Amino acid sequence: MTGIKSQIAWAWRFLTRPAATLSLAFLTLGGFVGGVLFWGAFNTALEATNTEQFCISCHEMKDNVYQELTRTIHFTNRSGVRASCPDCHVPHEWTDKIARKMQASKEVWGKIFGTIDTRREFLDHRLELAQHEWKRLKANDSLECRNCHSSVAMDLSKQTRRAADIHSRYLLSGEATCIDCHKGIAHELPNMADVHPGWFVPPELRDYRPR
Amino acid sequence: MRSQDRLRDLTGLRVLAVVLGMAAVTASVALAQQGAQLRGNVPFTETPRAEPMPRWIVDDVRKMRAYPDQPPLIPHSIEGYQLSVNTNRCLSCHKREFTESSGAPMISVTHYITREGQMLADVSPRRYFCTACHVPQADARPLVENTFKDMSRMGVGHAGDNRR
Repeated sequence: MTGIKSQIAWAWRFLTRPAATLSLAFLTLGGFVGGVLFWGAFNTALEATNTEQFCISCHEMKDNVYQELTRTIHFTNRSGVRASCPDCHVPHEWTDKIARKMQASKEVWGKIFGTIDTRREFLDHRLELAQHEWKRLKANDSLECRNCHSSVAMDLSKQTRRAADIHSRYLLSGEATCIDCHKGIAHELPNMADVHPGWFVPPELRDYRPR
Repeated sequence: MRSQDRLRDLTGLRVLAVVLGMAAVTASVALAQQGAQLRGNVPFTETPRAEPMPRWIVDDVRKMRAYPDQPPLIPHSIEGYQLSVNTNRCLSCHKREFTESSGAPMISVTHYITREGQMLADVSPRRYFCTACHVPQADARPLVENTFKDMSRMGVGHAGDNRR
């Protein structure tokens, strides 16, 4: 006990004692260069975890959600634009991204303890996992969708009349956000028996018309 | 005596087998010819060129039914719609509870009735898989000529109508 205490005391004295042999220029420049190196390495590592290759290096992702993505329009389409995992699941803004990454550290826990080791376990968790994503996208007003699909750039006259009507009534008015109606666009859906579509009007509001 | 009967039975069976075999050969030849027609006269050893995918008709205009009990056609694209034991994208608009806000026509009342005639509060399991009967349309050239005649143009009048 006294050993540890004396070691801490020594470390404190070492850290707080003014440098006797190192120049001020060395310390400031060294600190600057060291900071740059650390920051670069940190962001490089962060970006490395932000790739599709990293996501599907785990069988949980590769065998389940990735296989489903490959069959959708976000994977192959006429214009050849592809959305990879982080495009939809990680915010592009740095602070939001760090927050999301900290949240996602729970997935490391799940990986280590094998929460989703089999297809069966994945299917059992599917509703819960989907609800997390729906809640997240609802809370940030479908931010990841809007990174590519902005409502300003949306030409309603190029849409079918039904789509244009619905978008101008619900999306442009801010009454609904993308995820309210467009669930299951990139993966298969869980059991939707208790999940109503975004346009469902609850019984008590049936005859109520705001406009 | 008995063994002779069995012999006669066997010959009968043999004749039947030969007749069935010939019928099968004729049928398969006929089918093969039809197959060639649908493939467009390309020998089966070659892969025919894939035509570009026709575009779906998405104008939302209801098509007239060709006969009264024809399942209505889908006048929009259903590309990517999920229809599984977990979810039914069609019903998320066409089910009774959702039609007010979606503006889609409600599925027919027959779809709530089981095969025993029992009325249910939700779609009957036998009617769950919409695309078994209802299909979208594409603007494509028919593979074979269509000789269908509308029954209203076949000289049949209204029941009880004795003008004819």
